[in-house]
Amino acid sequence: MAEVRAEMVANVWKVVAAEGAQVSDGDTLVILESMKMEIPVLAEGSGTLTRLHVAEGDIVQEGDLIAVIE
Amino acid sequence: MLNSVLVANRGEIARRILATARRLGIRAVAVYSEADADLPFVADADEAVPIGPPPPAQSYLDVAAVLAAARRTGAAAIHPGYGFLAENPAFARQVLAEGLIWVGPPPGAIEQMGDKINARNLMAAAGVPVAAGSAEPVTSAAAATAEAARIGYPVMVKAAAGGGGIGMSAVAGPAGLAAAFETARTRAERFFGDPAILLERYIERARHVEVQILGLADGRVIALGERDCSVQRRHQKVAEETPSPGVGNELRARMLAAAVQAGQAVGYRGAGTVECLVDTAAGDFVFLEMNTRLQVEHPVTELVTGIDLVEQQFRIAAGEQVSFAPDQVRPRGHALELRIYAEDPVRFLPSPGTITQWEEPAGPGVRVDAGYTAGNKVTPFYDPLLAKLCVHGQGRAEALARARAAVAAFGIAGLRTNLPFHADLLASEEFRSGGYDTSIVSRLRP
Repeated sequence: MAEVRAEMVANVWKVVAAEGAQVSDGDTLVILESMKMEIPVLAEGSGTLTRLHVAEGDIVQEGDLIAVIE
Repeated sequence: MLNSVLVANRGEIARRILATARRLGIRAVAVYSEADADLPFVADADEAVPIGPPPPAQSYLDVAAVLAAARRTGAAAIHPGYGFLAENPAFARQVLAEGLIWVGPPPGAIEQMGDKINARNLMAAAGVPVAAGSAEPVTSAAAATAEAARIGYPVMVKAAAGGGGIGMSAVAGPAGLAAAFETARTRAERFFGDPAILLERYIERARHVEVQILGLADGRVIALGERDCSVQRRHQKVAEETPSPGVGNELRARMLAAAVQAGQAVGYRGAGTVECLVDTAAGDFVFLEMNTRLQVEHPVTELVTGIDLVEQQFRIAAGEQVSFAPDQVRPRGHALELRIYAEDPVRFLPSPGTITQWEEPAGPGVRVDAGYTAGNKVTPFYDPLLAKLCVHGQGRAEALARARAAVAAFGIAGLRTNLPFHADLLASEEFRSGGYDTSIVSRLRP
């Protein structure tokens, strides 16, 4: 199981992957936006995206859980 | 002179404009979002009006809220700063329709220069050199491929309505073009609400050099020297200096003359900047775009000329003469600006947070234009610019020495900043020699 967490305070601009989807290492899961910069959040490892904790428009804090891949 | 002005901006530039307004006895009104209530610019104003929640679309970009604040406070004029509504011709027209003074160029000039394709065509017609590129919008990946083949690789793909380097990318050959086109188009639509894309011949080993112009109330257009803005990351400026170490007297004279021509071609009034690319190998330049507003890096020009550019904007907007003799401007010494960003100094990723310590450097030739101070929260809603550290010296060596000392003396804690990057930049042989180009940051941070 791999947890994907936010690297910084940001707004969730786009949710790219859907819960339950098969993802591969390096796939874009969501795109965050902070300080006018888009920051893609990538899958670290392959597997099933069992949980997606964010929705578009959410604000995440540094260290917040974004997704779980199993 | 104007009796009151509303500053429709935030952070360091709002503070910068408010300072000149207050010095001139102009009543100064600030507007602010909920995220910015504790920032210094709000306290600096004679009056401050909350205009909405943190997201820019609901506050600083909300035309109705800004105009309502102007009505409520009886402000006679609006200064837009840079970014946000500064280059929005519809907003400028609404300001004028409200009977207010617009501290900016005529809306028609903003419109003509705002579309980069139109601006290129207009400049070419006025005899200003432009790079090989699109004369009309490129609307599909297939059209982009054909256009790139005509122009010749490498090409730059960018949004016609764009700015700030957003969505822009250089493409070496046909393989990367479709992806670059799609990225540019998506971002263009999202950030600028206009999907028009243009392609332009990309000049490798180029310097990004811009000319400050002022369109005077009597119709004359003058040039106030150049600024070298070649130190960039993600196509966004990080450090600027004047004079440019890469521009000799003959090239400078040609660039200044072309910038004046560019301003005259659109009937320019007020402060504007003509951005050019200098091909260091060929010793020549092409027009890139014109920014129809006060530029972020305007302080370096102020430091070498002794001219307060915001004061001139107010004077021109009020139909008055500028405060100096236009034909007797003699720049003195060398000036440098370092943009202090809230970002990690290696990967340049955003680093919002709360500032726990803020100690500004001071001393001869040091100027700090800061948007924040200790205790302030830096939020993810706006750009990462915390402050501009500017230095002036008799020559480049003195300016660089002062910059090194000032960077070392700047104490910011609580979040990551790019101060360590600036220390590396100032220590690098490439920057110290003056012989750098727009890829210097990628060499310093491979």
